[in-house]
Amino acid sequence: MELLNDVFTAKAIFVGIVFAITLGIAAYSTYFERKIAAFMQDRIGPDRAGPFGILQPLADAVKMFMKEDFIPANSNKWLFIAGPCLSMLTALMTSAVVPFGDTVTVAGVTFDLQGIDVNIGILWVFGIVSLGVYGILIGGWASNNKYSLLGAIRAASQNISYELAMGMSIIAILMLTGSLSTKTIVETQQAGHWNILQQPLGFLIFLICSFAECNRTPFDLPECETELIGGYHTEYSSMKLGFYLFAEYINMFISGAVMATLFFGGYDYPGYAFVAGQFGTTVAAFVGMGALIGKALLFVFVFMWVRWTLPRFRYDQLMGLGWTGLIPLAMFNVVVTGFGILIGQPILAGIAGVVILIAGLFLNDAIFRKKKLA
Amino acid sequence: MDISYIWYFLSGLTLLSALMVVLAKNPIHSVLYLVFTFFCISGHYVLLNAQFLMAVNIIVYAGAIMVLFLFVIMMLDLRKNKPDSKSPLTKLAGVIVSGVLLVIFIAAFHKNNMPSPTAEAVGFSSQTGMVENLGKILYSEYLLPFELVSILFFVAMVGAVLLGKREAGERNF
Repeated sequence: MELLNDVFTAKAIFVGIVFAITLGIAAYSTYFERKIAAFMQDRIGPDRAGPFGILQPLADAVKMFMKEDFIPANSNKWLFIAGPCLSMLTALMTSAVVPFGDTVTVAGVTFDLQGIDVNIGILWVFGIVSLGVYGILIGGWASNNKYSLLGAIRAASQNISYELAMGMSIIAILMLTGSLSTKTIVETQQAGHWNILQQPLGFLIFLICSFAECNRTPFDLPECETELIGGYHTEYSSMKLGFYLFAEYINMFISGAVMATLFFGGYDYPGYAFVAGQFGTTVAAFVGMGALIGKALLFVFVFMWVRWTLPRFRYDQLMGLGWTGLIPLAMFNVVVTGFGILIGQPILAGIAGVVILIAGLFLNDAIFRKKKLA
Repeated sequence: MDISYIWYFLSGLTLLSALMVVLAKNPIHSVLYLVFTFFCISGHYVLLNAQFLMAVNIIVYAGAIMVLFLFVIMMLDLRKNKPDSKSPLTKLAGVIVSGVLLVIFIAAFHKNNMPSPTAEAVGFSSQTGMVENLGKILYSEYLLPFELVSILFFVAMVGAVLLGKREAGERNF
């Protein structure tokens, strides 16, 4: 009983820390988003609040809280409030199954650096992601505004379409690992055997789908300001709007962490054995937690980088890419992975799959497409 | 705390939210109560140690099908498309039919005297609901029904695509 209590306390503290880290990173993502945007457009960016503007997120938070909290007269009041709450809730629930690190021993208590290790880990992530759309859908409808409703409906159809391809790309990972548990998926990738080597195509599909699931440019059609004013959050103000924006940044960080878990070895890093030998496994596990967060932040940077590189898609292009581009590609990836397992050379098959795909696309283009006249 | 208390609480919640689906005036509220009902049913799956079914129930029903329900209802203008109120005769017929159905169900359960399953029953394993065991059973013992169900799904999918397809020259809106 004593041991149970100790592990329980340690886990509770760990969950609290993960919660704080997630919120902190989400807050500072807003600052770095603006700084990176400024850098890419040759501007300076926010530099007034504190040195280099690092107090900008605090100033933004104060501004958000001080603004008038307005609820439109003809809106559905309770659902209007429930929308941002649901967005925030689903954004924070995903990190429960992400393994942040290996087993550690602190003050005589041994526990995993992971919220819960369930044997359906990756399905949990998938389920919560599929629920994420409710916040947007309910908020958009409750606003009683045509633009909000259109934004919400776009978000719903986009999420459902891209979930399919995302699930198919995860299936290839499951075929290699043979387990749904996120912990087992990471453990099979230790010592540099990262899944990205065997699944370059699967990673690409997953990355594109996570852009769509997070409603980030080039797939931010639900909040496309040239067509829909502000999209689903047109009617929102004050901290309710803040919650919607905040949930987006949390989703970015968590999807980065999930991508690192599935494809980039999770908490694995070069020199793990050396650190474990020098300072013990506990220190090595905490460094691993740092490595995972570092990888996740790298993906957050990729999200921002793409935002200022690619223009927004048109809506029919978005749907066409999802249904006729990514889903067949994901099926092809599953077949290639199966073939790789059959011949016992998954890495070779992974690379050969990409080569065959590119060659096939070129061939298809050369034979069936009419040449454009100059 | 005994696990049966959790079961009673969850069952009560399930029945309450299922009732609210029928009683709610606003269709959007009905759909949201239905989503909540699916969550309660997923809770029952967890109590039965069937985590895989719980996850799939949430992904498929709460995550995909109900989103489409909500989607379609949001597209309708609820103020214009109020259902006409039924005539007393229709209401009476509805009450009689559902009442008879209830009596039949109660009689059937009463007559058969269903034994309640116990943990000591022969062939009981708490690990049946785990994904590995479920997969093994599904792909060996129940392979034929499984494949038949997948053909059924495939036919339904082809039908849906065919219905959704626009004929040449049809209005493009």
